[in-house]
Amino acid sequence: MAAIRLHQIHKRFQRTEVLRDMSLDIPDGEFVVFVGPSGCGKSTLLRMIAGLEDVSAGAIHFDGEDVTDTAPKARGVAMVFQSYALYPHMSVYDNLAFGLKLAKTQRQSIRERVESVARTLQIEHLLQRKPRELSGGQRQRVAIGRAIVRQPRVFLFDEPLSNLDAALRVQMRLELQRLHRDLGATMIYVTHDQVEAMTLADRIVILNGGRIEQVGTPRELYQRPANRFVAGFIGSPGMNFLAGTVTDSPGDDTEIRLDAGHPPLRIPPLNTPTGAAVTVGIRPEHVHGPAQDGDCALHGTVISLEHLGNETHVYVDCDQDQPLVFIDHPTTTIEPGQVITIGLSAADCLVFDTDGQRVPPAATSGP
Amino acid sequence: MLTVLAMVAGWPLARTIWLGLTDASLSTPEAAEFIGLDNFRYLLQDPDWWRAVSNTLVFAVVSVTLETLLGLGIALALNAHFRGRGALRAAILIPWAIPTVVSAQMWNWMYNDVFGVLNHILVGMGLLNEPQAWTASPSTALLAITLVDVWKTTPFMALLLLAGLQMLPRDCYDSARVDGVHPLRVFWRVTLPLLRPALVVAVIFRLLDALRVFDLIYVMSGNNRDTMSMSVYARQQLVDFGDTGYGSAAATLVFAIIALLTAIYLTAARVGREDT
Amino acid sequence: MTRRHGLQWLQRWLQRASFYVLLGIILIYTVFPFYWAIVSSLKSGAALFSVELWPPAPHWDNYVAVFREQPFGRNILNSIIVAVSTVALSLALALTAAYALGRMRFRGRGLLLATILGVSMFPQVAVLSGMFELIRSLGLYNNIAALVLSYLIFTLPFTVWVLTTFMRQLPRELEEAAIIDGAGPFTILTRVFMPLMGPAMVTTGLLAFIAAWNEFLFALTFTLSAEQRTVPVAIALISGASSHELPWGNIMAASVIVTLPLVGLVLVFQRRIVAGLTAGAVKG
Repeated sequence: MAAIRLHQIHKRFQRTEVLRDMSLDIPDGEFVVFVGPSGCGKSTLLRMIAGLEDVSAGAIHFDGEDVTDTAPKARGVAMVFQSYALYPHMSVYDNLAFGLKLAKTQRQSIRERVESVARTLQIEHLLQRKPRELSGGQRQRVAIGRAIVRQPRVFLFDEPLSNLDAALRVQMRLELQRLHRDLGATMIYVTHDQVEAMTLADRIVILNGGRIEQVGTPRELYQRPANRFVAGFIGSPGMNFLAGTVTDSPGDDTEIRLDAGHPPLRIPPLNTPTGAAVTVGIRPEHVHGPAQDGDCALHGTVISLEHLGNETHVYVDCDQDQPLVFIDHPTTTIEPGQVITIGLSAADCLVFDTDGQRVPPAATSGP
Repeated sequence: MLTVLAMVAGWPLARTIWLGLTDASLSTPEAAEFIGLDNFRYLLQDPDWWRAVSNTLVFAVVSVTLETLLGLGIALALNAHFRGRGALRAAILIPWAIPTVVSAQMWNWMYNDVFGVLNHILVGMGLLNEPQAWTASPSTALLAITLVDVWKTTPFMALLLLAGLQMLPRDCYDSARVDGVHPLRVFWRVTLPLLRPALVVAVIFRLLDALRVFDLIYVMSGNNRDTMSMSVYARQQLVDFGDTGYGSAAATLVFAIIALLTAIYLTAARVGREDT
Repeated sequence: MTRRHGLQWLQRWLQRASFYVLLGIILIYTVFPFYWAIVSSLKSGAALFSVELWPPAPHWDNYVAVFREQPFGRNILNSIIVAVSTVALSLALALTAAYALGRMRFRGRGLLLATILGVSMFPQVAVLSGMFELIRSLGLYNNIAALVLSYLIFTLPFTVWVLTTFMRQLPRELEEAAIIDGAGPFTILTRVFMPLMGPAMVTTGLLAFIAAWNEFLFALTFTLSAEQRTVPVAIALISGASSHELPWGNIMAASVIVTLPLVGLVLVFQRRIVAGLTAGAVKG
């Protein structure tokens, strides 16, 4: 097990800078998820921690030991690949044992470890088969087993569940959680799926365009996103955004005049000057249809509905760039084309300035 | 590996070029003296050399043309589905598998002026008045040898073109069928243009190969002036006449010609690939 | 209505028939010479001089004579030794080269590959004198080891090219998994890649074998005595009682002996061979 520290990491491919000034501390035993859109650099960062990519500038430390220039073999890492990367010509047993054999472990010891791991992952009956005879989920387990059997300091996962179907993915998520509980190892997990991130992580690192946008627990990221990107990325269906300007307000509250002729929004005071252009964000579950008392009410036309069985997502056109979404109960009678008044719960609004940063509350007491 | 290759290819080539600039001979290699471009000058004035060059060119052009046409025909035939297709495809590999030397001897025997089966059939069918000495008489010798090369290498061309044909997208054909286009027109307007890259590669490949011909001509007609290729000429000078210097010069010229054409081809291919 | 149907049917039938005739012609064209060689080899003496589709009284005399009048058995052995050695050496060298060229990135890689391809285009004659010197200086004249060495000039480029192409297609993640498991380059090559390259190696080996078996110019020039000759040279130089009388029966018999196993090999492995040939040429 190891605590990992990344110190001002830069990565360049030829002339393009892919990762900029990344610093991160991962305590021992934590399950960290790197998440972000395609091309944000999360896989590259993972591979640098593994030792498969060189570091252009900066340092990586495992438990205080500088491993920036150490080969993967000597770092004590194990990796599970998106495509599993099982050796096709070897049996499952040999696949699991390969790393141990190379490390010249005793044959008896190899046998014990392989069988114990196989039992944990419930693949003992597959030990003599070849990878091509296995299903996707089984191959995934063998790949995970291959990592476990080497008892590494750090586990690295590169989008391991993206090739599985939805049902299997849910099942494997539970298995991974159990694995982390049982092994207590430091695990770094890369995915583009924010649901996986939210369900598996102790802490999430959101990346975008080679930069870290925010680091925090799932709850922190959900309730107190640092900027508009994080706010929009986390949560499904995504956050609603409305454009507006801060106006002079009576009393302490901050008042925002929303574009497109909607009534003003009055929210608890914020640290923002009058006249500033802002974006208001509010999550679908905090939008009420129809509007309730105390809400800021907007008029709009229903465009479409998505019936999910347990809830209904309603899309309303309120003259913004995107339709607003709110969540209704499954037996709603709302129809497309209907004119409707929806209400924004003022207390749950988040405000972002023109740079995308969240504007903090003005009060002296912290968030 | 690179060192081995350098040793096996690079060094001898360099030596050959160097020797071409000397007057070395097989019997007294130590007495070699540098004589500059004398060998080359002599070479370019030798009518035998020029005849060898023209022989080689005629051989190459004729054989590659015939191989391409026949190969294309066979490839088209094999592209269709019919019972026994696999067997036929295997069968046409036979000429290619037979060692060149053996083919040469087999055809020598068939061409034989007295006992050859070819004469027998042609005379029997009334196409000829009397048996011909195919490989001996100057007017027919080169053609006869060329036909043997065609026999031997057409399968290779056919297979290359077949592979090219099988990589063509089916949808073009389906849409042509739906539009009711005549099959011949389909061939001209659709198949040929799409096949062009593969065709070009195959033709140039074979052309470069044909310019190097030795085995076939040597075995079928020895050092006969009327049919010798550039390679046969060079070797004759080198080994039979023992004139290492002169022979090396000839060999160098052969190499230069082929290298030039290869370079042209490679750069053209590289440019072509960048365009696509 | 029926009339047009009948005409169409006739047309269709004619088309099919002519197609099959065409196939038949192709078949005869390709196979006849070999068939004729077999036929001729079974005739002896005066029978050779008459032309029939099948010998009235097949004899094995020619086959016996072939072995008696020259050390043909020895020649066959020479060919086998040379071909097998060349293939083994080429594959071993090409495998390591393909690993470097296929998996590692370095500047000039494209140029190197193009150069290797260019070497395969060398006319053999061009290296003849230089090679001859090299062989003499190594003391290998009239020794089949000379052939193994010189054949590398055309087997190496080809094998490197084909094996590199196959190497490139192996998934990168497999190599990375092995690196993480702690394997060094040599281990990766031998225990991960080589088993996966099996089919490619068989194909390349076959093609190299055929090329080495058929080679003539070097074999002719670098060997002197009849015992050191390989099969192609032996067949070319079979001579008879007088300088004008070639023992055609013997020559045909020798040809058949040499060709039958080759034809067998090719027929069995034809799919592989075709794939190898087209991969090498089309990609080039």
